[in-house]
Amino acid sequence: MPLGYNSLLPMIRNFCLVAAACAPLALAQSNPIAYTGAHIITVAGAEIPDGVLVIQNGRITTVGARNAVSIPAGAQVVDAVSKVIMPGIVDSHSHIGEPEGGDSSSPIQPDVRVLDSVNVHDAHIEKARAGGVTTANVMPGSGRLSSGQTLYLKLRKGNTIDDLLIKLPDGSIAGGLKMANGTNPRGTPPQPGTRGKAAALVRAEFIKAQEYRAKIIAANGDASKLPPRDLRMEELVEVLDGKRTVQFHTHRHDDIMTVIRLSQEFHFKVVLHHVSDGWMMAEEIAKAKVPVSVIVIDSPGGKEEAMNASPVTPARLEAAGVPFGFHTDDPITDSRLFLREAGLGVRNGLSRSTALYAMTLANAKILELDSRIGSIEPGKDADFIVLSGDPLSVYSHVLETWIEGKKVFDRSDPHDRLEQVGGEGASHDQNPFWADDDGDEIGGRS
Amino acid sequence: MRAGLQFVCAGLAAAASTLFAQNLAVKGETVYTMAGAPIQNGVVLIHGGKIERIGPASQVVIPAGYQTISAKIVTPGLVDAHSTVGLTGYLNAATDQDQLEHSAAIQPELRALDAYDPEERLIEWVRSFGVTTMNTGHSPGALISGQTMIVKTTGHTADESAIVPTAMIAASLGDEGRAEQGKSPGTRGKEIAMLRAEFIKAQETRKKLSKPDSAASDAKSGKDDSKAPDRDLKTEALIRVLKGEVPLLVTAERSRDVISAIRLAKEFNIKLIIDSCSECALVLEEVKASGFPVILHPTMKRAGGETENISFEDAAKLTAAGIPWALQSGFEGYVPKTRVILWEAAIAAANGLTFDQALASITINAARIIGVAARVGSLEPGKDGDVALYDGDPFEYTSHCLATVINGKVVSSGKF
Repeated sequence: MPLGYNSLLPMIRNFCLVAAACAPLALAQSNPIAYTGAHIITVAGAEIPDGVLVIQNGRITTVGARNAVSIPAGAQVVDAVSKVIMPGIVDSHSHIGEPEGGDSSSPIQPDVRVLDSVNVHDAHIEKARAGGVTTANVMPGSGRLSSGQTLYLKLRKGNTIDDLLIKLPDGSIAGGLKMANGTNPRGTPPQPGTRGKAAALVRAEFIKAQEYRAKIIAANGDASKLPPRDLRMEELVEVLDGKRTVQFHTHRHDDIMTVIRLSQEFHFKVVLHHVSDGWMMAEEIAKAKVPVSVIVIDSPGGKEEAMNASPVTPARLEAAGVPFGFHTDDPITDSRLFLREAGLGVRNGLSRSTALYAMTLANAKILELDSRIGSIEPGKDADFIVLSGDPLSVYSHVLETWIEGKKVFDRSDPHDRLEQVGGEGASHDQNPFWADDDGDEIGGRS
Repeated sequence: MRAGLQFVCAGLAAAASTLFAQNLAVKGETVYTMAGAPIQNGVVLIHGGKIERIGPASQVVIPAGYQTISAKIVTPGLVDAHSTVGLTGYLNAATDQDQLEHSAAIQPELRALDAYDPEERLIEWVRSFGVTTMNTGHSPGALISGQTMIVKTTGHTADESAIVPTAMIAASLGDEGRAEQGKSPGTRGKEIAMLRAEFIKAQETRKKLSKPDSAASDAKSGKDDSKAPDRDLKTEALIRVLKGEVPLLVTAERSRDVISAIRLAKEFNIKLIIDSCSECALVLEEVKASGFPVILHPTMKRAGGETENISFEDAAKLTAAGIPWALQSGFEGYVPKTRVILWEAAIAAANGLTFDQALASITINAARIIGVAARVGSLEPGKDGDVALYDGDPFEYTSHCLATVINGKVVSSGKF
């Protein structure tokens, strides 16, 4: 069938949008926008009952009580009375975007990048925006001791993975290294068959990396003396150098201690993920000064090592002084309902302030991006959400999600609403050729 | 002091409760009876396990000798219209998964009664949030996987827990109905052909059985080859469906499978209950016209594959269309090993349903659809003394279930 005008139109439009997405900050709104009258949860300080938030050029410029903030001339003023504004939600463990990691060829594959597999048109990314998620640690699975490198993504509307990346000041791409222990990475050789074997394989690999690193240091910049390039070793050297944090899947109490032991032996930065037995290990985790990324599931079990999973873990970690954030592990829990975890945490004894902190700034710290995101403070990225009511109430809906001064979700838009509540077509890739007349399904609407 | 300990405490409460509370008074700032308007400052009197009286405190005097418990919100004990808990265990290991037998496509003779583990921890878990009645049994995953039963979420044996030992025959269409590769059914057409053949066989056996004297008279006249058919458990179960004694619960996600289920039910005059129905919204008129009720998917069921078009608003759409429906916790192969219907109703309440409609879907409407509304689902004199107590709006994330009462006994208490 020949391509008619109607078929070409979305392609032309998409070309324009791709160009826009290449320079998200440059094209972000240059006129200030002021949200007035909202209840603002900055996470950086006390909640502001009648607040004003001003953003410009993709950043937060001012936040404060209505009578303490002067709205800049020329600002677009948005009445947000009865609404709640809070920082964009940060998810420290997600599988949106169909990330694929290592295959079955070996147990430890730090050379494999999810960068090379993420589908930015995946509906789960759209749904995460509908849940208020603005930044996510997109991870490969836990079927290997290391399934590879993770990506810390801004959920900007983009056409390629590059549009969603976070570039660090040294030019590198923000991300961690996924590792796992317990029963998920078990298998027949070359995968480990026991916990002891799993730890031995990890130790042997890190010792190799220490030796590789020693050779690099010894070469002292002399290229002729450098060891041959080895992608696996290079990544583990980044871990040994503290440039890449290990995001470690672990459930059972003894497995949690194994992670702590490994991180202390090799001095790597680590975050404990899931921690089903976290409620009984809070003091040990506190002593090790290791941060945690937790999940709350609707019932215990699902596998033996999660048999004692309890929704009381967040409260126990708080009481022990352990810094922790929540995660969705999407699709294990649904990104659209991520705030539910904070609510269930409070139901089980967690304080409101720590619950909201754990959805935002705690995770920003876990991802080492807290200088840019995680709270509503002047100078930080204009990543925020507008809610219809209290974030801990089941009846509240995310109305808008903003990333760097651009609205990436709007419940009043029929397409966005479909992604938020579900229905026919909501799970399809956001494919340009199936786009609505307004071309919503793709690209960065400016 | 919660976490693992909560299970122990709840267990103790259940064991100890048999010692007292023959007579119980439940007071609530608001009592949702689900049989009329909510009662402010209400009292429910339970005597001998049954509700004796209910009304505002100004009219209902608590007699001497009644144990009194109270909470901000009081509702009927929750009714989960479709679960697999008790056949499905929380460990998800081969040893505690009795919800699906793979040896044959059609096995309506498999009784839930013979597989239900009343000590399963997931029962205690859902009970702690107010669930007192469940329709539980064989899961989706085979063309006919077996039977379901209706239980109270207490009891030390399956027989003690059961209130309806055979409640429904569970069938699945679409992907869930397919057998493993190389075995039948492999297609949708084959699924229906196999079901029709099986029901035709049952019709013929039923016809033979309906002439009880034929065997005797034939024997007299020497026609031994035409005596009454041998007993066959599979056919006997299907005959109960044909007689309308037991409904056929058909799990169908895709709209075409929903329509196939209706067509099958009309052909054999079967009482159908449409299960899960992720694409109900696409065939609302047809489902409404069929007159059959729907036990809707959990609101938070994952979208993908055959459930790709599922919506948080499906419940509201069924309500608007006037279709009788109830909510279910359903079956999960991984986590959460069981969903909690209270929380599934909460998300429905936040997505287009009123509070009362959402609560009805896990109380009186669920009881009606699974056929036990004469006993449970609302707070009315003569019904079972099954009550749930909450410290706030039961649907709010931050509220707690303070106590669960079954047959007038406090079977769970704490702050769940």
